[in-house]
Amino acid sequence: MLKDQDRIFTNLYGMHDRTLKGAQARGHWDGTAGLVQKGRDWIIQTMKDSGLRGRGGAGFPTGLKWSFMPKESDGRPAYLVINADESEPGTCKDREIMRHDPHTLIEGALIASFAMNAHTCYIYLRGEYIREREALQAAIDEAYDSGLLGKNAAGSGWDFDVFLHHGAGAYICGEETALIESLEGKKGMPRMKPPFPAGAGLYGCPTTVNNVESIAVVPTILRRGADWFAGFGRPNNAGTKLFAISGHVNNPCVVEEAMSISFEELIEKHCGGIRGGWDNLLAVIPGGSSVPCVRGENMRDAIMDFDYLRNDLGSGLGTAAVIVMDKQTDIIKAIWRLSKFYKHESCGQCTPCREGTGWMMRVMDRLVKGEAEPEEIDMLWDVTKQVEGHTICALGDAAAWPIQGLIRNFREEIEDRIKAQKSGRMGAMAAE
Amino acid sequence: MLRRLHSEQPDSFAFTDLNQKWAEAQITKYPEGRQASAVIPLLWRAQEQEGWVSKPAIEYIADMLGMAYIRVLEVASFYFMFQLQPTGSVAHVQICGTTSCMICGAEDLIAICREKIADKPFTLSTDGKFTWEEVECLGACTNAPMAQIGKDYYEDLTAEGFSKMLDDLAAGKEVVPGPQNGRYAAEPKSGLTSLTEYEAGKPQYNASAALATDIKDGVKRIQGDEVPILTPWVKDGVVAGRAAAAPTPKAPEAPKPAVKQAEEAKKAAAADVAEKEPEVLKAARDGKPDDLKLLKGVGPKLEETLNELGFFHFDQVAAWTEAEVAWVDSRLKFKGRIERDGWIEQAKKLAAGEETEFAKRAKDDGIYDE
Repeated sequence: MLKDQDRIFTNLYGMHDRTLKGAQARGHWDGTAGLVQKGRDWIIQTMKDSGLRGRGGAGFPTGLKWSFMPKESDGRPAYLVINADESEPGTCKDREIMRHDPHTLIEGALIASFAMNAHTCYIYLRGEYIREREALQAAIDEAYDSGLLGKNAAGSGWDFDVFLHHGAGAYICGEETALIESLEGKKGMPRMKPPFPAGAGLYGCPTTVNNVESIAVVPTILRRGADWFAGFGRPNNAGTKLFAISGHVNNPCVVEEAMSISFEELIEKHCGGIRGGWDNLLAVIPGGSSVPCVRGENMRDAIMDFDYLRNDLGSGLGTAAVIVMDKQTDIIKAIWRLSKFYKHESCGQCTPCREGTGWMMRVMDRLVKGEAEPEEIDMLWDVTKQVEGHTICALGDAAAWPIQGLIRNFREEIEDRIKAQKSGRMGAMAAE
Repeated sequence: MLRRLHSEQPDSFAFTDLNQKWAEAQITKYPEGRQASAVIPLLWRAQEQEGWVSKPAIEYIADMLGMAYIRVLEVASFYFMFQLQPTGSVAHVQICGTTSCMICGAEDLIAICREKIADKPFTLSTDGKFTWEEVECLGACTNAPMAQIGKDYYEDLTAEGFSKMLDDLAAGKEVVPGPQNGRYAAEPKSGLTSLTEYEAGKPQYNASAALATDIKDGVKRIQGDEVPILTPWVKDGVVAGRAAAAPTPKAPEAPKPAVKQAEEAKKAAAADVAEKEPEVLKAARDGKPDDLKLLKGVGPKLEETLNELGFFHFDQVAAWTEAEVAWVDSRLKFKGRIERDGWIEQAKKLAAGEETEFAKRAKDDGIYDE
């Protein structure tokens, strides 16, 4: 198990002093100017060496992303935009950073912005996090008052502003180009890429969009060294990670652990086990609603990192938002609820997604009740395949994958329910 | 989901003085000419003040930010947090119904809303105090099931606890937000498994609940005097980071709102110039008319018409006054063309023996040759 001294978010539960003074006592804002003065190339190289992969779900290497930003301004300013639009069902990790350990994020914003030649950072927070907004803004105000932001921020010689912006309840604004549109005061509809944000993003200027956790871990990585961070987890899956475990475990929680921890250890150490014991485990969605679910029996020995979950289980780590479902769960209904979510959140720009999410939900509707023909399972599979990969952004894919996961792993349950409905008997399974 | 403006709208909207100040302070976050960025925060404050977003509020904010009304309406109807119809006078209750909450009992909470508030979402309760809706994931999944009431998250709910909470709110009693099962924040309920060092001296509430109990504005209509309005990024009128960087490119010019266009067109029409007949010729001087087709915008057909009206030479066209243009204009089939294509400027050049780009091309390419 990860030791407390190796945890980056030492005030995750807000039990220590949440003010700047408390953050400094825990070692944040220590020698920030010195880190900045080591220069852009050193920062980016250290981030590359640390092996940090973006914490927002896609897992793109953070250092590499930063290196796409233009080295010199062509007459346009550059922007860092921090994606705090945490809306992926199951995910509630960034919230804990912003309300309880906000200075990790603010310090990270300064260093990251310097590394990409940006004097301004916008934090785009989801609209529902109102108290979190107030807590984070209070921390920003404190940092301004102490000279850590503004002119010559933290004595680094870099003039730097952090502005807190918020949305108003649109999951799609977690997609980086939709977020930029929204930040410009428009509907959050994703843009075509290219041009990528690093070429033309916010206000048409070079922009990098990073997840809260990706930025908040930066100062500690730079202070403790790339090797320290890379020492956790398997190769290509480095570091520590916030896991958010919800659903049918005895003690749901958000906790920071080393990458590549086994699922069993994670659940036993922190969550008090599965409700009703391991034999009662039905399914797990290991990375937020957008990744396919995995059958319980395959999950127990699973290694919680990007590569294992993708290559060995056909799922993904996503945002490390683990949704656990025990055998009392109606799995078809659980996935139907996700279909309803995606139908609700489709922005309506691309036809396959706008119409497809509705079709998928309506077929799922009938599968939940069992009022369908067995052939419709394959028809639904076809529809998911026609939505997947045919849209501007990944929301279409995200809507298709949970259903594909359901059909792959729980086809029998769906067929049984259809049979039971037809024969008018419950428990057709037992009759076989 | 169909989202449109409510059938009954108030006559007007205005921010309170302090909310207005707050709104102006928000605009300083964005570069010059990019104030449209503030549209969501401003609409949100309007909703916090009134309980919902009305048409006058949308227009007020559009005018304040120099945006077309439709652009602001688009934003208000796109984002689901904006309530486009009146909400309960005490609170609008939002139950998270997405998977994590659903499998932990959100459906029971919804049943209570149905029973206590109204059978259908977005419907006022009989006493007018509450409305409710089922919302998508609110991002407090380890504290499922949960609800947002006003500004605050009420987490780890049970059906009984939630039901009592609604009664307390209706009675104006204070309810402390945050986990309702004795948990502090998002730690394991049965005891810390990490970060145990600070447990002993912890503050009474987690950060969210602490703010709620300090400010006491959870379900209040916001007037702007709850917390000080701060803009620490502006020092002596300068925003340091913005001053240090290259200026942000200007926003592309937005078309004027249709209402404004119509107003301007009306004004222009009122100021219409009286027509005056220009001097016309019966025939071309010396029987040698100029090739009027060399004017961009004049083809064989228009040339014929012009000849019929009595115009044969560039210098005639070049000498038209405003009133005379109006006279010619009203006799051509293409009103406004003279101005649009700049006939007079072209004719002046051609009359003086100069070339225009179009005339050169027309001659070189022989576009009017038989």
